[in-house]
Amino acid sequence: MTSTVVVTGMGVVAPTGIGVDEHWAATLRGTCAIDRVSRFDPTPYRSTLAAEVPGFVPEEHLPSRLIPQTDHMTRLALVAADQALQNADLDVPSLPEFGVGVVTASSAGGFDFGHRELEKLWSKGPEHVSAYQSFAWFYAVNTGQISIRHGLRGPSGVLVTEQAGGLDALAQARRQVRQGTRAMIGGGVDGSLCAWGWVAQQTGGRLSTAQAPDRAYLPFDAGACGQVPGEGGALLVLESADDARARGAEVYGALLGYAATFDPPPGSAGPSTLRRAAELALRDAGVEARDIDVVFADAAGLPDLDRAEAQTLAEVFGGCAVPVTAPKTMTGRLAAGGASLDVATALLAIRHGVIPPTVNVTRPLPDYRLDLVTRPRRATLSAALVLARGHGGFNAAMVVGRERR
Amino acid sequence: METLTLDRLMEIMRECAGEEEGANAGGDIGDTEFAALGYDSLALLETAARIEREYQVRLGDETVTEAKTPGALLSLVNRTISEVV
Amino acid sequence: MTRRAVITGIGVVAPDAIGLKRYWELLSEGRTATRRISFFDPSPFRSQIAAECDFDPTREGLSAQQIRRMDRAAQFAVVSARESLGDSGLDLDRLHRSRVGVVIGTAVGSTMSLEEEYVVVSDGGRLRLVDEQYAVPHLFNSFVPSSFAAEVAWDVAANGPVATVSTGCTSGLDAVGHAVDLVREGSADVMVTGATDAPISPITVACFDAIKATTPRNDDPAHASRPFDRTRNGFVLGEGAAMFVVEELRHARQRGAHIYAEVAGFATRSNAFHMTGLRPDGREQAEAIRAALRQAHRAPSDVDYVNAHGSGTKQNDRHETAALKRSLGEHAHRVPVSGIKSMIGHSLGAIGSLEIAACALAMRNGLIPPTANLHEPDPECDLDYVPLRARRKELDTVLTIGSGFGGFQSAMVLCGAGEVAG
Repeated sequence: MTSTVVVTGMGVVAPTGIGVDEHWAATLRGTCAIDRVSRFDPTPYRSTLAAEVPGFVPEEHLPSRLIPQTDHMTRLALVAADQALQNADLDVPSLPEFGVGVVTASSAGGFDFGHRELEKLWSKGPEHVSAYQSFAWFYAVNTGQISIRHGLRGPSGVLVTEQAGGLDALAQARRQVRQGTRAMIGGGVDGSLCAWGWVAQQTGGRLSTAQAPDRAYLPFDAGACGQVPGEGGALLVLESADDARARGAEVYGALLGYAATFDPPPGSAGPSTLRRAAELALRDAGVEARDIDVVFADAAGLPDLDRAEAQTLAEVFGGCAVPVTAPKTMTGRLAAGGASLDVATALLAIRHGVIPPTVNVTRPLPDYRLDLVTRPRRATLSAALVLARGHGGFNAAMVVGRERR
Repeated sequence: METLTLDRLMEIMRECAGEEEGANAGGDIGDTEFAALGYDSLALLETAARIEREYQVRLGDETVTEAKTPGALLSLVNRTISEVV
Repeated sequence: MTRRAVITGIGVVAPDAIGLKRYWELLSEGRTATRRISFFDPSPFRSQIAAECDFDPTREGLSAQQIRRMDRAAQFAVVSARESLGDSGLDLDRLHRSRVGVVIGTAVGSTMSLEEEYVVVSDGGRLRLVDEQYAVPHLFNSFVPSSFAAEVAWDVAANGPVATVSTGCTSGLDAVGHAVDLVREGSADVMVTGATDAPISPITVACFDAIKATTPRNDDPAHASRPFDRTRNGFVLGEGAAMFVVEELRHARQRGAHIYAEVAGFATRSNAFHMTGLRPDGREQAEAIRAALRQAHRAPSDVDYVNAHGSGTKQNDRHETAALKRSLGEHAHRVPVSGIKSMIGHSLGAIGSLEIAACALAMRNGLIPPTANLHEPDPECDLDYVPLRARRKELDTVLTIGSGFGGFQSAMVLCGAGEVAG
């Protein structure tokens, strides 16, 4: 019998705000953070909208030593980790020396930092490349910097499955707790809002070219026209239920079930494996579809992908049988950070008994047969299913909810 | 060729690696070990590379690791500058 | 019933050694594959040496479109994955694809393609607001290293759990360790796993120059990588990939597969110390070794051979020697330890898997590959590093370790097929 793994702390740095409270308040208000990109001039580009973390001044949160050597997304991640540990009231030095680790998801690393160094190399020469380039851009940087900042010597890791990464990282952190690590930080904080990253993302073929912020990212809507990138994410502190209880920690809920699958190659006849991911996650959690009170959808915002997800939900739950929401309509898609933010939001929804809304969607397609929640809805919630899909065919599903005893 | 001053060196270090630690602890910063100021090997490498570019000198690989204090680094750099001139 | 994970197939793309057979020849002969960089003019750089693969993707069976859309590292991954499947004798058509997964390690992803494309869209670094009109359609694949896992998964038609693991220079151990976890917990029966990197590009060379991590021994490229030698002064950048078929033990037995070894233990720890620096006492590496041995139910004295990280930097080789003494005790002085980066350089994330492959082949052949270029022992590195010439020895329990930027310290224990049968 594997032990239940619970969430005892959360750190959120997202377009909806810095800190769990700010994020939750903005989410309930339905505040959409999508706007014209400010981190670089988007004028020359087809896509011009993104969701940025508002009012983030790194010097207010981090020692100046860390500023020159970190990409923007690493600074966001470091702040999220600080908050998560504080929120969990976890005193790392009092725990076993190798008892705490960190697993983060990454998608493209510190692309902005890498952009600047490539520019120096090619416009000025090799001697202008920073000593920090050897790690500041790479995919493992957030895990490394977080472990150093907090003295986390336990098992650590980094998973890259594009937008599915936030769930995969949490699942790996859960695995480590089950294998005996006292506590883990898991999740993703991400973002590549620089011109070079922008052009690279555009070639993925999924970015919305809409100019109006409230018309750009409309999952399950008749006007679905693509995705809007954002920056940020969430990191969670995981412990075994027994350990959390023993130290009297406040528990947000449990990571009850998880599964990951991979789709057949694009253009092949095979169907999406998202359904199997969802069903395996339910089985792993030991629950039936009817036990799920709300689904946090991947919500691609592209007609084909929306249809595939809606069809999966209809197959697993039946048509219109479960409330479905996509708060990421407020934050845009946070790459590796999005799915762990959804887990955080789902746990807050369960705690507060409110399903947060999907914003800007005014014409949900009826044939999707979804009970799409477009304004905050009061409900008694005990379990949520979070779905995430990464570019290329990565599917992940996680069941979170009240701890079962 | 212009020589490097302690003030300029510390300015470069702050830009390359952030504010020094224990700055108000008293004593001469030039004689305080880099480690005590919170500057590690990366901070020194980044600083040295910047000095090399700004002052058009080549500091030997060993030079940088040998200097334990800002004062020592300063005299190494200025000695190299005078050799270039 | 406990599930166990065994290696039943191996594929390799290594410097001067495409394919398993040539790889083993190179290692057992103690040949070095390091040379002056040929991919671009290295003269503006401090370190001008690398271990390059003479790799022709067309000859290795990739299609024109695969070649166009895949970074060199992804090409290495697909080619070596195919070799590993062939070597395993698995008939994919007889497997449930949902029970087949893929985990690919890489430290720096599509660095080469990204730099090439950056140069074009920025017009040689001139445009900060890079020009989208010049972006190739498959640039997104290079943007996200998850595309490596996707490419291999498409190629082997895997529908189970698929992921890229990117923990810097321990990626090659950590990816296989992750795949082993997935087999043991029952998420998959067969995993195609390993690691790949193709980092020999100006930006990578420049960034290691900036921290003086690579050797400037440009006058003697063939003898530039000198792990554990007194005269060592940095690592030599390499490239390559190694892939494995990792299979659940009963699954492998039922089909009568040849088993190279069981991956009996794996652990990773962080030094939480410094992004590039190592604590000289090797404390966290030692803990990773102990944890991997515990998991494998092996005592330190059971270890027959250690495949070292042996990067050839001053600090690594000292750190690693200390970690081995701390974890293996007196046995550290008796067990042979060797570093194959002396021959094939340091291919960042890939090397951990190339080292696992070396271990599995050493076990099969009863021969320990040497540490090349080790002529002058360093008093601070005082173990038996198997200098210059391969050594015969029957191997049942083998330890391979890795260490990387970000503070990652990993250790893996392989146990011989004899043990597995018992």
